[in-house]
Amino acid sequence: MSSLQSLDLKRRSATTTPPPSVRETTEIAKLIDVSKCIGCKACQVACSEWNDLRDTVGTFGGAYDNPTDLSAESWTVMRFSEVEEQDGRLEWLIRKDGCMHCADPGCLKACPAPGAIVQYSNGIVDFVEEHCIGCGSCITGCPFNIPRLSEKDNKAYKCTLCSDRVGVGLEPACVKTCPTGAITFGSKDDMKEHAAGRIVDLKSRGYQNAGLYDPQGVGGTHVMYVLKHVDKPAIYHGLPADPHISPLVSLWKGAFKPIALATMGITVLAGLLHYLKVGPKAPPLDDDAPRSSHNPPA
Amino acid sequence: MDMDRRHFFRACAGGLGASSLGLLGFSPQPVLAEARSFKLARTTETRNTCPYCSVGCGVLMYSLGDGAKNAHAEIIHIEGDPDHPVNRGTLCPKGAGLLGFVHSANRLKYPEYRAPGTNTWKRISWHDAIDKVAQLMKADRDANFVARTADGKTVNRWLTTGFLAASAAPNEAGYLTNKVARSLGMLVLDNQARI
Repeated sequence: MSSLQSLDLKRRSATTTPPPSVRETTEIAKLIDVSKCIGCKACQVACSEWNDLRDTVGTFGGAYDNPTDLSAESWTVMRFSEVEEQDGRLEWLIRKDGCMHCADPGCLKACPAPGAIVQYSNGIVDFVEEHCIGCGSCITGCPFNIPRLSEKDNKAYKCTLCSDRVGVGLEPACVKTCPTGAITFGSKDDMKEHAAGRIVDLKSRGYQNAGLYDPQGVGGTHVMYVLKHVDKPAIYHGLPADPHISPLVSLWKGAFKPIALATMGITVLAGLLHYLKVGPKAPPLDDDAPRSSHNPPA
Repeated sequence: MDMDRRHFFRACAGGLGASSLGLLGFSPQPVLAEARSFKLARTTETRNTCPYCSVGCGVLMYSLGDGAKNAHAEIIHIEGDPDHPVNRGTLCPKGAGLLGFVHSANRLKYPEYRAPGTNTWKRISWHDAIDKVAQLMKADRDANFVARTADGKTVNRWLTTGFLAASAAPNEAGYLTNKVARSLGMLVLDNQARI
């Protein structure tokens, strides 16, 4: 299969056979330093440009958020939050929202279509729209509410972390364009080290609660944030403090799935045994009309 | 559902055949999916300068085709030039959206002239446009050139016309702009690139 692939697969939705996993590729990550972001939206434009997406012009929502939400044609949006600090100062928090590329992706676990969601060995979680059946389970499964169904083709779309660029050794389009250097890209280890330096700097500037957002509830993410207030991520437009895959997803796709399959198997087996022991259902004795009279000859 | 013995055998044989083909690998869909192929693989890369502001960021324009005689080039992607010392690959939202600027239906592609008292623009050639600008400049300079001030100081200045140059000018073009404008006595001279 490797001849088909520019990136190695690690996981594949609704598939039990393991993908080839001998080669060890470098785990990559995108680091978004929220304290350096000026909300210019160059990343949004670069994303649309690279991925050939042209969203329709929306309506003004009363804030700088434009477009006001993610969509099948807007895979990343800036979220603007006005937060009042304890001393009465106003803090304007800007967060680039988009797929977090979880190590333990809820969308992939929830997806019932084989191969519609894949995780590459470098950590990127990608949607393969050709296999998508448009059920929307990925939206339910996502702890960050990222995927969106398209009204055009009823398929789910989200950030690919520019898997086509990363596959040939380039950085994602948003990373390249960022004028302030708020978005950086590299191996996950390097990004953690880079973040540690930024956190030391932010702490020296009085942000004692500065830290790295790499939530372990989803196994860590391949898009990480440096937050000035990592103790309360919810102030950054509702970033979850401890994201987890919904227990319903784990139940339906985890414990319930083998039980359901076993029930189906047992039903078929019981039917077969019943047939062998009792035989086919006998027609009623009074039904002597010829059946073929209803069917014209083929 | 009406089904006779013959139909039943046909359905069984068809199902067996289809599932066997699937098992043998003749599936209608490829089993594994490939990441979207890299869209710039054999495009032509051309360097340029962003036309918007005075920062003058370097951009890379990617066009279809390899320059062959029968292939029509078309710009399909623009991104920052990592080797440019000004922006080192980055671009602001306007620069990142230059592709829309290039393909805009409203883009000005040739000189147009609107005569005084009319409300329509007429397409003219570059030669006509340059001639017209030169004639107007000469007329204005002849009328308003100041060789000496009232108290007899020699100034040789021309203050009623200004000169505005583009941001894409490198140092050399900026030097020439200065030479041309100042040799005419022009003092109102500016450029987005702050020459």
